[in-house]
Amino acid sequence: MKNEVKIQEVNPSLDSRRSFLKLSGLTLVSAGLVLAGCSNNDDDNNMQDNTLPGIKNGVFDLGSGDFGVLTYAYALEQLEADFYTKVVNASNFNSTFNDIERQVLTDLYHHEVIHRDFFKAALTGALPDPSSQLLPSLAFNYGSMNFNSRNEVLATAKALEDTGVAAYNGAGKLIKSADYLLLAGKIVSVEARHASAIRSLINPNSKDFAGDDIVNTSTGLDVAKDPSKILPIAGGFITTKFTANYLP
Amino acid sequence: MNILKFIETFTDDSLMARTGSRRDSFNQFGNMGRNLALASIPFGLSAMANKALAKDITVTPATPIGALQFALTLEYLENEFYAMALDSGVIPASENGGRDLKVFQQIADHEADHVKFLIAGLGGTMSPNFVAKPTFDFTVGGAFDPFHDYPTFLALAQAFEDTGVRAYKGQAANLISTPDLLTAALQIHSVEARHASEVRRLRGLKGWISNAERGAGMPAATQAVYDGEGVTMQAGYNTASLFGAAAGSEAYDEPLNTQQVVDIANLFIV
Repeated sequence: MKNEVKIQEVNPSLDSRRSFLKLSGLTLVSAGLVLAGCSNNDDDNNMQDNTLPGIKNGVFDLGSGDFGVLTYAYALEQLEADFYTKVVNASNFNSTFNDIERQVLTDLYHHEVIHRDFFKAALTGALPDPSSQLLPSLAFNYGSMNFNSRNEVLATAKALEDTGVAAYNGAGKLIKSADYLLLAGKIVSVEARHASAIRSLINPNSKDFAGDDIVNTSTGLDVAKDPSKILPIAGGFITTKFTANYLP
Repeated sequence: MNILKFIETFTDDSLMARTGSRRDSFNQFGNMGRNLALASIPFGLSAMANKALAKDITVTPATPIGALQFALTLEYLENEFYAMALDSGVIPASENGGRDLKVFQQIADHEADHVKFLIAGLGGTMSPNFVAKPTFDFTVGGAFDPFHDYPTFLALAQAFEDTGVRAYKGQAANLISTPDLLTAALQIHSVEARHASEVRRLRGLKGWISNAERGAGMPAATQAVYDGEGVTMQAGYNTASLFGAAAGSEAYDEPLNTQQVVDIANLFIV
């Protein structure tokens, strides 16, 4: 399977917009970006565990194996860190959110920036040739999202945190090194704590913190998704083109 | 009301601070108040009470089956704890406009699901890999009253959920050879983390663990659940470098190994 995140500026038709919104769960985001392609290819011959991240055919590919998974996580953490950086620096942050909400969002900003910089440092130290194999800093576009809108910010935060949980849950089995698996485990539970907190801010008097929309009502299991299911969601905000042709 | 009441009831620091400075309190009570406060703490009672009769659980093997058996025992504990709490009526329907009851009904549903899921994963109750539910005593020999005293219930719920998060994390390496089981364990792990975050908020805390702090109102000896959470070096990266140690430690949850979790769980097994 090949996954390619291609972002194109288009005039979204109602249909494409609807499918994007459904896919992402970002009901309040109407970015002028749609996912143009996530090409699937049944040729799995190139699904090796030893493809290093780096430029392939002119586009950065996340690679495979542990470095591929870590680079994938680095891309997602770049998105979360960028989003919360914009949230806490928005012009009306202090008036848009109450004390408790500002505390939560500021903590999340700290945590996600730490995660991002951690992955950058860890990958830089571990990759054989980080100058060509380290994922560059990505660029982001949130379309028409209003960072001074409480509802829009919290809805996007909820989608990002739930997506993060599903991404790490799905990526765990792709990790070969017990040390890297443990590191991913240390981070995913914090993402889940975040998701719970954001969901409580949105709907406090409820069971939404671990709602039936996200926790299976017969097994009690949270969501787990492959990178090919996650990247189209995250890709809605990422304007730097990259591929994930060697991840499932 | 619950936090303040709980602090007054259980926290040794508050017990002493209530009547003035810490030093004054020491002078007033000597060591007696401190010892009484410490003695009335669940996790500190391991050497007391009925432990001579305890049918302690033992460390499970570092294998995929062992990890599932270990997880099932923890889920038995959580499941019975919440089921008993809901039956007892200790959770006030009026608390936070009904929020608390909704929260614990949802958590109880999940823990019951996890028990069923893990039993099925072990091959059912007739499987040689099946492990039976231990006998639990959430009063720890009568020292505690979580099913009549709501703050005590809340404190134990926080301790169990935060323990659960660390326990599953500690089993991940034992499941690395069985991808489907690993994924399922991760899917339970993140649900426990969602629970922990919410229970902590009900108690007036942040949803995440700062440094190795058990948090306001938590009995001092629940510290076993939080020891080692203050790590700020991750794979050679100093997570405290940008925003300080509290934020750096909050951003990562740390594992507990099998023995550490068994030691905590055995306090509640008779």
